[in-house]
Amino acid sequence: MIPVGFSYRRASTVDEAVGLLGEYGDEGKLLAGGHSLLPLMKLRLAAPEVLVDIAPLADLRYVRTDGDTVAIGALSRYHDLHHDEVLRQHAPLLAHVAGAIGDPQVRHRGTIGGSLAHADAAADLPAALLASDGVLVAQGPGGRREIPAGEFFLDPFTTALQPDELLVEIRVPGQDGVGWAFEKFTRRSIDWAIVGVAVLGQSVGLINMAGTPIRATRVEEALAGGANPAEAAELAAEGTSPPDEPHASAAYRQHLARVLTGRALERAAGRVPAGL
Amino acid sequence: MSVMGTRVVRIEDHKLITSGGSYVDDLREPELTGAVHAMFVRSPIAHARIGSIDVSAAREAPGVVGVFTADDLDIAFAPGPTGEPWLARDRVRYVGEPVALVLTEHPYQLADVAELVDIDYDPLDAVIDLDDALSGRTLLFDGTDSNVAGGKAKPFDEKLFDDCEVVVTRTITNQRVAPAPLEVRGAACAWGEDGRLTMWLSTQNAQIARDILAGGLGVDPGTVRVIAPDVGGGFGAKIGADPEAVVLGWASRRVGRPVRWFETRSENLTAMTHGRGQRHTVTIGGRRDGTVLAYRLEVVQDAGAYPRAGAGMLPGFTRLMAPGVYRIPRVEVATRSVLTNTTPIAAYRGAGRPEATAAIERAMDLFAAEIGMDPAEVRRINFIRPEEFPYTTPSGASYDTGEYAKALDAVLSAGGYAELRAEQARRREAGDVVVLGLGIAAYVEITAGDGMGESGRVDVNPDGTVTAYTGSSPHGQGLHTSLAMLLSDQFGVPMDKITIRHGDTDEVPKAVGTFASRSLQLGGSVLKQAGDQVIERAKEIAANLLEASPDDVELNVDQGAWQVRGAPSGGTVTWAQVAAAAGEDGLSADVWYGDVQPTFPFGAHLAVVEVDTLTGKAVLRRIIAVDDAGPVVNPVTFQGQRHGGLAQGVAQALLEEMSYDADGNPTTATLADYPFITATELPDFELVDMATPTTRNPLGVKGIGEAATIGSTPAVQNAVVDALAHLGVRHIEMPATPQRVWQAINDAREGR
Amino acid sequence: MKVTIEVNGRSTVEEVEDRTLLVHYLRDTLGLTATNVGCDTTSCGACTVLLDGESVKSCTVLAAQADGHRVTTVEGLTGEGGELHPVQRAFSNQHGLQCGFCTPGMIMASVSILAENPKPTRQEVREALEGNLCRCTGYHNIVSAVMEASGQEVDG
Repeated sequence: MIPVGFSYRRASTVDEAVGLLGEYGDEGKLLAGGHSLLPLMKLRLAAPEVLVDIAPLADLRYVRTDGDTVAIGALSRYHDLHHDEVLRQHAPLLAHVAGAIGDPQVRHRGTIGGSLAHADAAADLPAALLASDGVLVAQGPGGRREIPAGEFFLDPFTTALQPDELLVEIRVPGQDGVGWAFEKFTRRSIDWAIVGVAVLGQSVGLINMAGTPIRATRVEEALAGGANPAEAAELAAEGTSPPDEPHASAAYRQHLARVLTGRALERAAGRVPAGL
Repeated sequence: MSVMGTRVVRIEDHKLITSGGSYVDDLREPELTGAVHAMFVRSPIAHARIGSIDVSAAREAPGVVGVFTADDLDIAFAPGPTGEPWLARDRVRYVGEPVALVLTEHPYQLADVAELVDIDYDPLDAVIDLDDALSGRTLLFDGTDSNVAGGKAKPFDEKLFDDCEVVVTRTITNQRVAPAPLEVRGAACAWGEDGRLTMWLSTQNAQIARDILAGGLGVDPGTVRVIAPDVGGGFGAKIGADPEAVVLGWASRRVGRPVRWFETRSENLTAMTHGRGQRHTVTIGGRRDGTVLAYRLEVVQDAGAYPRAGAGMLPGFTRLMAPGVYRIPRVEVATRSVLTNTTPIAAYRGAGRPEATAAIERAMDLFAAEIGMDPAEVRRINFIRPEEFPYTTPSGASYDTGEYAKALDAVLSAGGYAELRAEQARRREAGDVVVLGLGIAAYVEITAGDGMGESGRVDVNPDGTVTAYTGSSPHGQGLHTSLAMLLSDQFGVPMDKITIRHGDTDEVPKAVGTFASRSLQLGGSVLKQAGDQVIERAKEIAANLLEASPDDVELNVDQGAWQVRGAPSGGTVTWAQVAAAAGEDGLSADVWYGDVQPTFPFGAHLAVVEVDTLTGKAVLRRIIAVDDAGPVVNPVTFQGQRHGGLAQGVAQALLEEMSYDADGNPTTATLADYPFITATELPDFELVDMATPTTRNPLGVKGIGEAATIGSTPAVQNAVVDALAHLGVRHIEMPATPQRVWQAINDAREGR
Repeated sequence: MKVTIEVNGRSTVEEVEDRTLLVHYLRDTLGLTATNVGCDTTSCGACTVLLDGESVKSCTVLAAQADGHRVTTVEGLTGEGGELHPVQRAFSNQHGLQCGFCTPGMIMASVSILAENPKPTRQEVREALEGNLCRCTGYHNIVSAVMEASGQEVDG
């Protein structure tokens, strides 16, 4: 299928992108890798009038350490993140998850900022960022602001970003030496997760267990209270509201959340110090 | 030296790997210059009356050349209450049914314009469930009193199982799947100044398509030329021509311009015919020593919204092949086809035979489980034995040749069956979360079961090259290579001097084409016969040139030249010399092979799966297959057909299902939703060779196109059930989704 | 808008509608029809080409996004003298294609796989081909082709 017609604009600086977003308001959409947006546009489920291409902003493609923090440019592609030595060393959970998204072609195009701003509860990176206690840095006409991941995902496909803001950086505390694991349950490896679990230390992020990516707070509390992984994992479905579909009912997903959380916690416990 | 049976790399490949094939959407033929682009507006509702259609906005849109509905069509459609219209008139009966046609100057304008066609639907109750359809509460067609489109329920023989010590019965769904060739449907057509229509069509059968087009358009078949260009897979769903092709031919005539059409994948998944879609009730009975005495199969075929092959042909093959490879004294089959508000069902790789095999092979495992015998042993006890062929089954099939026990023993030996059973027991003993399952299927199928003939023509050209015209219509099978190998052997002409042509009705006016695994056995046999006739004629010409008696000359196939028998030093004449001396008519034979008999390939598959008992996920680890289709012309393509068949069979067992919600909305209408099997869900295939010739054609070959699909589906399904047998699981429906497997484990543990 | 894209080593400059997808730029604007379209959802990989040397699905890239970049299609793999690329040759040798429709995309995906992982295992090849669908081959011989092209034992 072919998208509904639109105007293509290209931004060569962040300020220019912010300006174009302000100019077009609700009619404008940012285009980074395009691998969340273009498929929707081709199915005519989205029809923005203007696309603002920010891919030329090469200075938003980086991974670097900033003290104990790892800073990731929002336009870093999944492929880059998966192979980035700095990320593999200091935030291996994110590096691993980036390599589990889609297929190689998708990973050559899709960006971390694009995935987070798209805010699909079935996507891998948002839950991993939640478990990583990440912070999202947005830039708008008034300058930059930081949004904790826990306050970023508001509703399905809805974030705390203002219409004239764009993500410029993602920051996570360094994960050196912290156990981690990622469990993505799919029928085919290419599929979106039926349920996924990202574990970093005693933090647990859940994929596709609600309208937004969520933390398994009951599990985390139990772990903090001294429960072992198996006991804590039994609480993984508490407070969740997963999709209920013919091939994966809500009850089945809740069962999977418990099983996968248990496995992820066990594996994370066995993976200290961390490494791919 | 003969090339038969040697590994020959395909002559088809070079173009495909360098500049790509010439699929219909790639064509840049001069006749198509200035073509308009076509898109069908399709029903988004499963069952509705069409209130009104307003095309005024669409007709005003930029680039529009035409917008047409059923009211514009001045061609008749099939008579009778259940006739399928070219475009829906008054009523739609499935999501995806074509309602209007949009023509634009540029392809990017199509979807824009299609959205402007305003159709007012008045929804009716959608008939999706088979029992609902059988009840006739809601009828799809006015003027009928039932949704049953073929077959009927018949009273069964109450005494069928009287002498059985054990009787097991179960209802099993053989789910609806999408053929999903990588190339969707497409066509391009133009009317010439001579008043003839030329249509390039992605089809398996140009000649059948020509007749459908001519019939639909109300013109003489001689005024229609159909050309099958490279075709990107068919799997039975591109047999002949679909209604869309007729509408395109009509529209091209109406607007006086060439027309091009290439559907979207969503259209393909909802409007190209689906396959399978049967519900089986199997009852099997016998003695505790493993002897099966009676088998009953009741089939309800979901035909979809309009009666196509699903109305009769598919359940007919299921009926014929119901008893499979077993000598079962009493067999009863009843089939009914019922209309539902879903995409019509027609042929898909196997077309009725995979369903028959799935039913009997599941039944054999149910019987084996009930009497506590290894499923391999139960099969051995009941196989038709080699000395019993030809063997006529209670369902009326006349099997040609078979070595069923040998095939099963070969895969069990190659797979290490005893060791695998030991490993399975070890894991069960240890309480492993990931358990092992072994699934067996033994199968026989019918190929070239259509009873129609095939054409073949062989020309030896004055330069000594050979051109052969086949009625078969390959679309990936590599048949050009196989046929060139046959002719090379027969004529002693190198393969690069042989050209195979197919798929143009002006070149090959009378033919049937490719389906039912018929191509090599019919298309190959008829070329051999044509080749024999050419050689007979050539012998006389060569004798003349050699000044010898025809009885004294022979073809030296090593040199590709004619010589006096036993006197190679006495001089030779080449094929070029013979052809040049053949006179005005040339050296050619055109043969129709009409006296065709079906053949019965067979085999055995062993599948090894692992099942995660906590998540329910089943993963295929190994599949070991014997697929015996007689002598092999080219092992390269023979194995390729088996590989592809295995993948599609595994896909049905584990992954694929075309699903609808209760309102008849398809829920798997894109390739993001339809779980098309990928490389990561498949293991390397383990092929074991056997070759038992048939007596029923000159080459001794049987069809291989569908065989591996037929064996692999039940082998994998049986393996998933077997993995969980120790928990009390006796059956899991296909596809064995993780949720289904998890549910089966739960049910078994709770004694349900 | 006007785009300038280097395709198979040649600079192309064309005026296109903003919404033009790269695959249609290749097929319809330039007439390079080897690259095929098999779905609407970035699923099948038939449209895979190299963009700046990396595999992408050209149905989900705008021609505008490729402006100023370098694209390679299967037509650009063959050498000047017609010699086949090792991946092309291996696909034929190993019977890694049947109907051929997925093949250009499959070959380009394979070229990209080997650029990133020159000596993969069979399982790694399978995983790296997860975004390329084939209905004919069952993938076995495609995996074999990539192994042959990598200069390793086909059976791994």
